[in-house]
Amino acid sequence: MSIAAEPNDLRDDVLNGLQLSTQLERVWRTPSGWMGALMAVDHKVVGRRYIVTAFVFLLLGGILAVLMRVQLAGPEKTFLSADKYNQVFTMHGSTMMFLFAVPVMEAFAVYLVPLMVGTRNIAFPRLNAFSYWMFLFGGCFLWISFLFNVGPDVGWFSYVPLSSLQFTPTKRADVWAQMITFTEVAALAVAVEIVVTVFKLRAPGMTLDRIPLFVWAMLVTAFLVMFAMPSIMVASTSLILDRLVNTRFYDSSSGGHPLLWQHLFWFFGHPEVYIIFIPGTGMVSAILATFARRPVIGYPVVILSLIATGFLSFGLWVHHMFVTGLPQLGAALFTASSMLIAVPSGLQIFCWLATLWDGRPVYRTPLLFVIGFIVIFVLGGLSGVMVASVPIDTQVHDTYFVVAHFHYVLIGGAVFPLIGAVYYWFPKIAGRMLSERLGRWNFWLAFIGFNVAFFPMHILGLIGMPRRVYTYTADMDWAHLNLLSSGGALIFALSFALLLVNVIYSLRKGELAGDNPWDASTLEWATSSPPPPQNFDRIPVVKHRDPLWADSESLPVVAGLSAERREVLLTSLAEAEPQIREASPEPSIWPLLAAIATTIFFIGSIFTPWAVLWGTPPMAVTLIGWFWPTGSKEDEE
Amino acid sequence: MRVWVRRVLVLCMTWPLAACAGRQSALDPQGPQSGQILHTLFIFLAVAAMVWTAVVIVLGIGMLRRKRSADRPLDLHQAFEERSGRVILALGIATTVIVLGLSLVSYAGQRTVFVKDEKAHTLKIIGHQWWWEVRYEADSPHQSFVTANEIRIPTGQPVKVELESADVIHSFWVPSLTGKMDLIPGQKNELQFTAKNAGVYRGQCAEFCGIQHAHMAFAVIAMSPDEFGRWRDHENQSANSPADQLGKQGEALFRGRGCALCHNISGTLAGGQLGPDLTHIGSRTTIAAGTLPNTPATLGAWIADPQHIKPGNLMPKMPLQSDELIAIIHYLEQLK
Repeated sequence: MSIAAEPNDLRDDVLNGLQLSTQLERVWRTPSGWMGALMAVDHKVVGRRYIVTAFVFLLLGGILAVLMRVQLAGPEKTFLSADKYNQVFTMHGSTMMFLFAVPVMEAFAVYLVPLMVGTRNIAFPRLNAFSYWMFLFGGCFLWISFLFNVGPDVGWFSYVPLSSLQFTPTKRADVWAQMITFTEVAALAVAVEIVVTVFKLRAPGMTLDRIPLFVWAMLVTAFLVMFAMPSIMVASTSLILDRLVNTRFYDSSSGGHPLLWQHLFWFFGHPEVYIIFIPGTGMVSAILATFARRPVIGYPVVILSLIATGFLSFGLWVHHMFVTGLPQLGAALFTASSMLIAVPSGLQIFCWLATLWDGRPVYRTPLLFVIGFIVIFVLGGLSGVMVASVPIDTQVHDTYFVVAHFHYVLIGGAVFPLIGAVYYWFPKIAGRMLSERLGRWNFWLAFIGFNVAFFPMHILGLIGMPRRVYTYTADMDWAHLNLLSSGGALIFALSFALLLVNVIYSLRKGELAGDNPWDASTLEWATSSPPPPQNFDRIPVVKHRDPLWADSESLPVVAGLSAERREVLLTSLAEAEPQIREASPEPSIWPLLAAIATTIFFIGSIFTPWAVLWGTPPMAVTLIGWFWPTGSKEDEE
Repeated sequence: MRVWVRRVLVLCMTWPLAACAGRQSALDPQGPQSGQILHTLFIFLAVAAMVWTAVVIVLGIGMLRRKRSADRPLDLHQAFEERSGRVILALGIATTVIVLGLSLVSYAGQRTVFVKDEKAHTLKIIGHQWWWEVRYEADSPHQSFVTANEIRIPTGQPVKVELESADVIHSFWVPSLTGKMDLIPGQKNELQFTAKNAGVYRGQCAEFCGIQHAHMAFAVIAMSPDEFGRWRDHENQSANSPADQLGKQGEALFRGRGCALCHNISGTLAGGQLGPDLTHIGSRTTIAAGTLPNTPATLGAWIADPQHIKPGNLMPKMPLQSDELIAIIHYLEQLK
């Protein structure tokens, strides 16, 4: 082949138009066939898989929620046994937190961040593929265990000593703890990729104050993941050690302490909430700017709020432990720190309200979900201020009041923006618009169903209904509100069924989207829908915070990257000045093999400590294969 | 003004259950602690309701108001940008002031709720999967006794409960009297509360503690100090000897069929320590940790097949003939 005869000479500045597109596509495309699919490292391919897989877990977790609501619709129902119910609520929480909420947010980042910062692929694309496989295998491991009646039944928080070998002699708690390990590995990998992508792969000219708010949100989230996840990693690993090789981290009779678990778990668990919520705020900012037809007011305020939220989120884990008998003054300080996080959250809300106030809103489905978000999330935030108070918390802790509160925060704060984001970015990902008509039905069913399902739970908690009970007696007067709540849950579930119908229908019959159907301002809309494998034929140059609004006719570009092999442009951290051309990895099967080896190691090690010994060599082999030097050209200035 | 607000709020929050004041409800305070907590809660609720309403009103006006005429997204009015910046800053400061104010309100409430009275009646509660051991301890062992799932206290006098766990973490919660406190193995927690009026206040375990967490209830029965004294003197005594032949047969079966391996009945040879103490089981109002009312029929159903009523609980089903079962029930019912 003539191209092979003159390697690394062909730059994208000597080609033009269709010729350039075809050439870059050939270089960047994912190989065809099932082998090619397994080797994929394109962030869009991996991101799409990540999103779809996370939504499958949402569907599964949602089915569990409906099962629970059927069981609780009336007193003393026997639809689920006590044992099954405990598995179901544990699986619901674990699935939603670890297999849906965090991964889906990272999945959107994997797909969108490289496009939004104007580069060709995510940093460390093979690690990205590895991360997806680990997430998939971890999720399947948990769910297959559940289907074989070894599903965890100790709650998504898995408190010791209930989860210790003495009180859970089956493998159920191990399955939970090891699922955590899988998702930690996956989440940490994505966090590293996002940080490096945002710091080093931004288009020239995208200075720190021109980074889209969604990207800022994902950057802060990535840092939260990196600081929070090690805590749960320590916790779950020492739990497995306690169970498998008889260490005594949590055994109070030999110098350990059960509260150690709670501190470690919530030091992760509270930032976890913000790992889910902060990406939601990024989605809100992106959608709001587009549909209010103006940039978000207070760009620096929003960013500083995100960063402040990130820091504060590490200083309030103790409010999950107010009834464990802590010193009173210490607890009171955590009341204040917990409430203070309302300040940055509030500032963001004020910025969004001002944006809407001044904008010329176009009420399409994504904006409806953002408005629903504001109404629901503010209520959840305020009930959060209530549970942050020690005396109030002693009453509502571990009751349905808290169930109501965190569903308002998590569904209101993250799922509503997320569904809005699906409507918003679906045209970019699939090339076709979702049906607006179904979208409106979807929104109103979700909004009404959600509130009918969850508002009554506030009252249920106050009138004495604890969480995690598989049934209650008729004389407790909880039946009516529970029935109402179950009815609302069905409506809410219906709204997701409608979303699924809409997606399936629109994938085939939806209106063609074009590059920029919403007339949005950020770079992902500067390329075709769906984007080509190389994302952009030429790397854009950014001169404004809203590049597509500022240069609506033609975006300035930079040329000079290889059209011959995979290359990305590295830029400086603050000013995004071009620094270096760097090779971006080719597709590879090794990430999948490494993930399989790691999976065998992880699953083996809940059965025998020897797995650490025989499980490591296969991992080493796959990693050596992965990093085997291929003699690629050195990076060039 | 505040009383009025409070009444409206109570009405709004309780209308769905207007007919039935809950026996286990934070909205039905029967002591100074729960009253103080509800008071704090209403202050927070009022502030929260105002903030939420204000946000929704601003959102509504923002959506409905006539918009500026610029049609390009980047045609911004500098004056508006600056003014909105100032408003946002002011609202941020207001938010800070509100949350700091609420923190102080919370702390004031906390100090009242957790006030300690050295003269309080002390009793010890030990959590088990899935029942409550209640120990009334006195300086003299003759005045100490043990019961289960039913806590009797004198009205109008502060009570201190010391909370421990024999297995996993549980949480002691009687919402009508005060907030909850965990029972943690290897740790001693305590909680003080007072019941204003005589009555039965239901409580329930609030920390997930395994398969039968849902059926781990108890009752706090507040009685006048005189009545309480009489009850305590009675509890101090050993169990009644069975009065009739059937009862004697029941007592023998209680030992012979394995019941006594787990259950203690003071004054008899039954001295098991794993299950609830049954010395005065006949006088308790419920069985199986608040799961069933205590009647001969429910007691029979429970003993015949505890796994049917409370699947997974630690009491095994014993092979008993029906006449043996009748004798045992007859015996236990006499243990007033």
